[in-house]
Order: sequence, then C-alpha cells, then structure tokens
Amino acid sequence: MTGRLRVTGRHAVVILLLIPLLYPIAWLFLASFKSGSEIVQSLALLPREYLLDNYVALGDDLAGVPAWTFFVNSTIVAGACALANIASCSLAAYAFARLRFRMRGPLFAFTLATIMLPVHIITIPQYSLFTKLGMVDTFWPLILPKLLATDAFFIFLMVQFMRTIPRELDEAARLDGCGSIRIFASIVLPLVRPALVTTAIFTFIWTWNDFFTQLIYLSSPERLTLPLALRLFIDTTDYNAFGPMLALSALAIVPILLFFAAFQRLLVEGFATSGLKG
Amino acid sequence: MTTVLDRPRSAAAAPPAKRRRYGERPSIAYLFLTPWVAGALLLTLGPMLWLLYLSFTEYDLFTAPRWVGLDNYVRMLTVDPHFWNAVRATSKFVLISVPVQLAAALGVALLIHRRSRAQGFYRSAFYAPSLLGASVSVALVWRVIFHDWIGDPDRALLALVLLAVWQFGAPMVIFLAGLQQIPQEYYDAAAVDGAGPWRSFLRITVPMLSPVIFFNLVLDTIRAFQVFTGAYVVSNGTGGPSDSTLFYTLYLYEKGFVEFKMGYASAMSWFLLVVIAVITALLFRTAKGWVFYSGDES
Repeated sequence: MTGRLRVTGRHAVVILLLIPLLYPIAWLFLASFKSGSEIVQSLALLPREYLLDNYVALGDDLAGVPAWTFFVNSTIVAGACALANIASCSLAAYAFARLRFRMRGPLFAFTLATIMLPVHIITIPQYSLFTKLGMVDTFWPLILPKLLATDAFFIFLMVQFMRTIPRELDEAARLDGCGSIRIFASIVLPLVRPALVTTAIFTFIWTWNDFFTQLIYLSSPERLTLPLALRLFIDTTDYNAFGPMLALSALAIVPILLFFAAFQRLLVEGFATSGLKG
Repeated sequence: MTTVLDRPRSAAAAPPAKRRRYGERPSIAYLFLTPWVAGALLLTLGPMLWLLYLSFTEYDLFTAPRWVGLDNYVRMLTVDPHFWNAVRATSKFVLISVPVQLAAALGVALLIHRRSRAQGFYRSAFYAPSLLGASVSVALVWRVIFHDWIGDPDRALLALVLLAVWQFGAPMVIFLAGLQQIPQEYYDAAAVDGAGPWRSFLRITVPMLSPVIFFNLVLDTIRAFQVFTGAYVVSNGTGGPSDSTLFYTLYLYEKGFVEFKMGYASAMSWFLLVVIAVITALLFRTAKGWVFYSGDES
C-alpha cells in the first residue's frame, strides 16, 4: 500500500515540475491570441478574448517582404543543411568506422576535439573568407560548412552507429566482389538509416533555430530567415507590435514541435546514446 | 568494380588479427574523406591559423590587415573595461547555470528513471525545452515574461540563468541512459546489507554514474560559454543593463560585426579558445580523482 502511495507521489511531483516547465510554451501559443495591451499587462495563460488579429497582421509585409518569405528561406537553409550533413558526415563516418588509412586515430581525435570548438571562435576568419568569395548575404556560408562535414557531432553519431553493424556483413559482401563504395551505398547506409534520420532532424532543428550565423551573414530583407525576422521586433516598444511578434514566434516553433512529436523517440535516444559512449 | 581485386600494398605490415580485411586500398578512404579534409583545412584549421595572425593586426575587413603586434591583447587585458565586464558576466553565468542545470537534470532523471508507462512521455516532455531554448521565439517569450527583471542589473542575468536551467532536459536524457546501465543487483545487494536510499545513492549511483556526470559537466560548461541568442534578444543586443548580460560571445559579436574591429575580435576569440582549453584540461585533471570507469579496480 505504501509502495503504491509512493509511486503516485512520484508521478505527482513529476507533473508539478512539468507545469512550470511547459508553461512558457503554452503561454506563447495562447498569448498569440491576446491583444497587445493584454500581453503586457498579464502573464495569465488564457486570453480574456481570443483574437485572430495578430495572425491577420502577419499578412502585412515585414521589412518590405511578405512574411511567408521567412518561412521559405528558413526551410531552404535548414533543409539544405540537413541533406548536406547526411551526405558529407556519412561519407566521413564510413571512412573512420570501417576503412583503414594512415593517421586514422589522430584524425578522428581531431574531429572529436572540434565538437568542443565554439563556432564563435572561427567565425571571424570564416567571415572574411566568405567575403572574399563574394558569398556574404547568400545562403552559401550557412550550407557550405555542412557540405564539408564540419559538424563533427554527427560524424561521431554515425561512427557509433556503424560500429554496431557486424563486420561479417562487409566481409561477406567483399567476398562477393563488392568494393568499399558498393558496401557503403548498399549495406552500410541502409543499416544506419536511424542515424541518418536523427542527423537530418537535428540539423534541421538546430539550423532552424540558429541565430548567430544567420545574423552575421544575411542582411537583405528578401533573404531574411525566421530568427532574423523575429529580431526586427526586438527593439519595438510599441505594444501593438507584441501581438504579431508572438504570433510569428509561435508559428516559428510549430515545425520543431511537429518534428519532435513525430520523431521524439529517435531524437531523444540518438542524443542519449551519442553522449554515453563519449 | 576493379578495386576489389587490388591487394593491400603491404599485407605483411597488417596486424595478423585484421588479416582478413584486405581488398582495401587506402586511397579509397581518402575519396570518402575528401569533403571532410576540405572542411577541416579550409573551414577549421586554416581559419584558426589566420585568426591567430589577425589577432596581431588591425583589420576592418575592407582594407588589408595592419600588423600591430600585441596591441589588441594589451588593450583587451588592461584598458577595455567592457572586456572584463564580459568576462565577469560570462563567468557568473557559467558558474551558476552549469551546476544548477546539472543538479536539476540529475534530480529529475532519478525521479523518472524507474520504468513506468509514463516514462517515455515524461522523458520527451522534459527534453522538449532543450530543442526550443536556443530559438529567438523562446528568447522573446523570456523578454516579455521577465520584462521586470531584464531592466534590473541584478536580476537580468538571473533571467538568462533560468533560461539555461529550463533546458536541463538534454543532460537529463544522458543521465537517464547512464542510470539504466547500472545493474539493479547492486541496489538489491545494498538493500540486503541494510543501506538506505541516500547511502546507495552515494555509494552506488554517484560512482557508477561518474563518467556520465563528467561528460555532462564538460559539455555543459563549453555550451554555457557559447550562449548568445538569449543574451542578444533579452538585452536588445547591448548586453545591458550596465553590461550585466554582456556575454563574451555577445561582446565578440559587437566588436567584430558591429564595429568591424576584427583584429580586436580575433584576439578575443583566441583568448576564449585558450580559456576553454584550460578549463577543459583542468576538468580532465580533476576527473582522475572522482570519475570511475567500470573495470577500474580503484
């Protein structure tokens, strides 16, 4: 009997913790239906009156371009980064996990070390490189690093995954006359599909949220992404702008929530196991 | 596929245990590694060397860098008050947010690690803020919810600490995975010996989990040094009030990309790199005293 009480107590505590944790998200969605003055005046969850005005207001241009442009731009950037990471990281991971070459150990150690390298540190030289290449204010500075496998975290994630594939499979294929390229494409890749999906979704979400890099590289209104469009609201002191600001904020996190709802298990476990074996 | 028939160039050099894995040509590995090598050279190693050079110059991006020796470093360390304000705000943030976040992560992990039908849901619900926390959307929510705090130099930083702690789900998920690898028999044996929950936590959970605690500590510390979005949004890019939220990354951005003092910002970048390297090295050094890897008999 006390055991059961204890379990119930445990669930009660967990739920009590979840309420403040999820409050800001719930508040964001509900507040996006409030009037500007109500947003400022109260932090209550439920609106006094549900208004669609804030969403209607997003129909107006922002910085001279229609709001859907930001969604399109963010989708292009995040989608391209996701695909680029899948391609480049799986190639590198296969070499590190399965092929033998000189300096493999030190090079892999170098890759792991770059996981800890803060992006801010190499931003300045990269920026001046992309300036010289004439790529500032295009999407290339955001996508090119992913095409060149600089996201070491995902290389690591895939190497971990590839190591769980029995080597007998490779060797059998080799005896059947397959080369490394065939083995990679028709044996290894299909077997690490969960890692590829995890990589794609994490890359998409992280790029979608990324503010720093996009802030530095993108400036023309027609190339702004969602984080940059939201930034336009920051210095506003006009209460009337708070409504549309929250409406756009809410819309901006909908794709993340949808991805999370669809792939939560994969994401949580992909994240957890990559950490454990480190 | 002609590559298949190629023999290894020096079969004798291969260790006997791996003898069976021939048919491999080293050059094929480099084919797979081409994008990675290009990225490592052009986007990581090259830029880091160039950054080092730039840190000794005056550079505004549009004219050629001009050599000034140690000027940037000297100015940064001895003259610029904002630099030290940034160091102070960042240190405070790291020192408060990392332990609190890890404690919250471990506490909640212990609370939900017992298998139950709701566990999957709990895990996801606690993890969700980690995916959203870096977004401008959530930072704007923080700006509205904490608008009384962010005007106050004493509490503005606290709002950002709360934003970081709010994202404890990421380390929590890693703790959970670690907890699930501790064999239940250990706890059963301890219970037979009359150990209470607190004692088995200290004697079993903490030592068995210590590699995971260490991993989270290192990763979280490095992550905390890099927080940018929250500070930018909450302070409107200024790091105010009175530099209380002037995180190092924010000041770096201001110097490099608002004032275009790229030489100075490069010196700041190198300084940050060295600080992070030293802290990581120190953490690894202390690890010998308290991190136990299974198989260790000590």
